[in-house]
Amino acid sequence: MYLSVQREDFDVGAELARLRESSAGATTAGGAEAGAIACFVGLVRADNLGEEVRALTLEHYPGMTERALAETIEQAQQRFPLIAVRVIHRYGRLNLGEQIVFVGVSAHHRQAAFSACEFIMDDLKTRAPFWKKEETTRGERWVEARDSDTAARARWEA
Amino acid sequence: MLKPMSVRILYFAALADRLGVRSEHVELPPGIVSVDGLRTHLAARGGVWADLGTFPKLRAAVNQRMAGGDAPIQAGDEVAFFPPVTGG
Repeated sequence: MYLSVQREDFDVGAELARLRESSAGATTAGGAEAGAIACFVGLVRADNLGEEVRALTLEHYPGMTERALAETIEQAQQRFPLIAVRVIHRYGRLNLGEQIVFVGVSAHHRQAAFSACEFIMDDLKTRAPFWKKEETTRGERWVEARDSDTAARARWEA
Repeated sequence: MLKPMSVRILYFAALADRLGVRSEHVELPPGIVSVDGLRTHLAARGGVWADLGTFPKLRAAVNQRMAGGDAPIQAGDEVAFFPPVTGG
């Protein structure tokens, strides 16, 4: 497991290569080797609730953020037969189109890899202590949590 | 005689902007033993602090773990109050 909360940008190609390297020779708890890598990259969107977004600033709770993300990864590892996991989440001011979050996993088959990426995103969106403040054409505003994110997390318990 | 209890309190995001404070050390009188008790105690400062009592969907953490209103607090704890998270 690799986890980083950082101000700096990340290189998706380099992250996928590291995921592949750390999967070589490793297996799931059941002894299966890596046959799939899946990843998700979240970006700063131009629009949110009908307003033009120019940039956003991500505030976080140092210490708790790393702890919460580690718990999310541990949960994913318990739910899916994963081989390697890498999660990077940025903080600070990010411009339009910039990368916010990287989630990459390797598994024996694609199903576990796809599902684990989705689970990790759904879980971290409701648990990791980050807060987005948007700069829009009408000034700054804190992004409000969405019920759809809570619902997305809840469906994993169904 | 009970000694005052010292806790570190952190505030984040819209709540911190509203209160104009991001962190503080507070000596609590005896009898404040839970997150909700602390919240009520702080809200009683009046002014903008009253908003801490009514802030919608307020979340809390004790020692960097999500905590409900009835979660116990002890001397030396780090307690945080914040709005629902919006990362990812």
